[in-house]
Amino acid sequence: MYEFVTGPLALAAILIFFFGSAGRIAAMLLLAKKDKVVYPYLNLHYGLRSLFHWVLPFGARNMRMHPFFTVFSFLFHIGVLALPLFLRAHLVMWERATGLTAPALPEALADTLTVIVLLVCFFFLLRRIVSPEVRYVTTAGDYLLLLLVAAPFITGFLATHQWTEYRPALLFHVLLAELLLVLLPFTRISHMLFFPLTRMYMGAEFGAVRHSKDW
Amino acid sequence: MTIHRNPVDDPGFERGLQKLTPERLSAVVHQVLDTEAAARLKIYLATCVHCGLCSEACHWYLSNRKDPEYSPVGKVKETMAKLVELRDTVTHDDLRAMARIAFTECNVCRRCSMYCPFGIDIAYLLLTIRRFCHLLGIVPLYLQDTVNSHSAAYNQMWVGQNDWIDTLLWQEEEAQSEVPSAAIPLEREGADIMYSVIAPEPKILAQLIGNMAQIMAVAGMSWTMPATDGWDNSNMAMFSGDFEIMGRVERLHWDTALRLKVKRVVMGECGHAFRGSAYDGPKWLGWLHPPIPMVHAVDFYHELITSGRIRIAKKIKGPITLQEPCNIVRGLGLGEKLRFLMNAVCEDFRDVEPNREHNYCCAAGGGVINCGPIWKAERVRGNKEKAKQLAATGATTVITPCHNCHSGIEDIVGHYKLGMHVKFFSDLLLEAMEIPDELRG
Ligand code: HEM
Ligand code: SF4
Ligand code: SF4
Repeated sequence: MYEFVTGPLALAAILIFFFGSAGRIAAMLLLAKKDKVVYPYLNLHYGLRSLFHWVLPFGARNMRMHPFFTVFSFLFHIGVLALPLFLRAHLVMWERATGLTAPALPEALADTLTVIVLLVCFFFLLRRIVSPEVRYVTTAGDYLLLLLVAAPFITGFLATHQWTEYRPALLFHVLLAELLLVLLPFTRISHMLFFPLTRMYMGAEFGAVRHSKDW
Repeated sequence: MTIHRNPVDDPGFERGLQKLTPERLSAVVHQVLDTEAAARLKIYLATCVHCGLCSEACHWYLSNRKDPEYSPVGKVKETMAKLVELRDTVTHDDLRAMARIAFTECNVCRRCSMYCPFGIDIAYLLLTIRRFCHLLGIVPLYLQDTVNSHSAAYNQMWVGQNDWIDTLLWQEEEAQSEVPSAAIPLEREGADIMYSVIAPEPKILAQLIGNMAQIMAVAGMSWTMPATDGWDNSNMAMFSGDFEIMGRVERLHWDTALRLKVKRVVMGECGHAFRGSAYDGPKWLGWLHPPIPMVHAVDFYHELITSGRIRIAKKIKGPITLQEPCNIVRGLGLGEKLRFLMNAVCEDFRDVEPNREHNYCCAAGGGVINCGPIWKAERVRGNKEKAKQLAATGATTVITPCHNCHSGIEDIVGHYKLGMHVKFFSDLLLEAMEIPDELRG
């Protein structure tokens, strides 16, 4: 069972993630031809200029207006991107499968990041419940998504620290992570794929066309 | 959640809803969602993570006690998100709410795109709802009247050609009382500049044309104005969703400039007119840029002062602040030049906060003030934030280099009892500039 889940099933999840993502981006780029303005307005310099400001912590006025949110969100995103890629246990599997290796996150840092990701998930949840402007636009799917994102981190943490039985926790962890990976391109987490596109387009429109800036 | 929208009945909505058939609704839903809108609609709706971070960008939200229904994403929830979900099963009540939100509670000022981490263009989504409503025939009555005027008379306010020429001759005389050599040259082919204005100038604010005639004379510019249709650079069809008429209006404006063989078009102090002539109009006509450069009055005054063609004789006294028009600040990056002008002619310029690209809209722009007096109370209530911002400067005069801003700010100054004079920049410039003795005659 474990072999199957970490072998063929993992491969399938990764392939679905890759081809699903590529497919969604390609479909969007193709569809953008129908929007008469998108391609003529694109401009690499202004697009990258805007992107740079928006991936930099406190690079935009809105981030400075919400300092706590900004710090939490950046830590969260560093966590969700770095942990799956650079956890020692994950790297070992990569090496077994492809022969490639990379420096791993120190255990203590990995643990801290995991706890941060989970705390920020909880913060996102609270915000959705407490802040009227967020609650008003929140759908059931948004809650489900937070759960889906948190699940692999919770189970992963439990498995590593063996607070529950190791094997079942690990099995759940891998399955939930694969589920997340498969759903990623088809849910709101596709914001990860589309962020560079929407931001760069808006940056180009503000910069190249309107001689202005968008941060 | 407090919903304190006051009921407002717009006959334009009711008339359209009465005539609406289910077949027409289906056809329009298909036309707008599947044919006209494409990647931008899809990617914006797919990417929005419902984080609410755009809320504080919107003056409607800030002014309405942070009622989430007025936040940018809240408005999308009630309009485009709902439409995409329900398609032709939307009810008349849904449509009424969509039209109200899209036409009267969003100024398409695009401030929210600078606050959304993804740069989602909410103004575009709401303009697309306006397009949808226009195709259904559900448009605020007053706004539709301006569009009808554009369609029939090629200007926004039913100004006839006789009145147009008559007004120019009258303003020429007015200008001559200050600068005897001033003239408004009509139909002068090959002049450097065609000067175009929006219809409220000849209709209700004619002295602004006289102001420009004095400025042109003092600066010694080669300029002309058309005697034919095509002189109006305003475009309300752009805001009602009637893009076919928007395109016709812009084409005639540019055709007129080309017919007069001018090198550039200088326009009066108006924001949306710049947007229509330089961006939205050309975009619809399939042009990346207008065929000849379009220069906004603020840019033009800046050029006249920095090149020494206009000299400042005396600075204006008293605390003066500024209303920055979205379409030339966020839309054209003129924030710096505006400040240069203000400091050049004012002794005591009081800047606003936030400013430049981050300015707050006047709540009149984007066609909202053109929805008419029935919506005025809502509009003025929707910009308490602006009243606070202006009051904080302690100024007694506010400069509005845009017609929509001018009217909108006058309403706000009146309602919130700010006790400020509302003026165009040319009013200040006329007071401050030096009129050389040889021109006085
Ligand atoms: C390069 C990749 C990514 C980029 C650029 C990105 C960017 C963003 C941005 C700009 C936001 C808006 C609000 C905020 O700043 O928090 C956001 C929210 C969010 N992101 Fe990402 N993201 C990425 C990847 C991911 C991944 C991989 C996940 C989950 C596995 C994720 C989960 C979330 C969640 C749950 C929120 C919503 C926060 C809320 O509920 O308000 N993101 N992301
Ligand atoms: S009024 Fe301006 S800030 Fe508010 S939703 Fe419309 S475009 Fe966005
Ligand atoms: S800030 Fe952007 S992503 Fe967040 S709710 Fe507003 S539109 Fe959606």
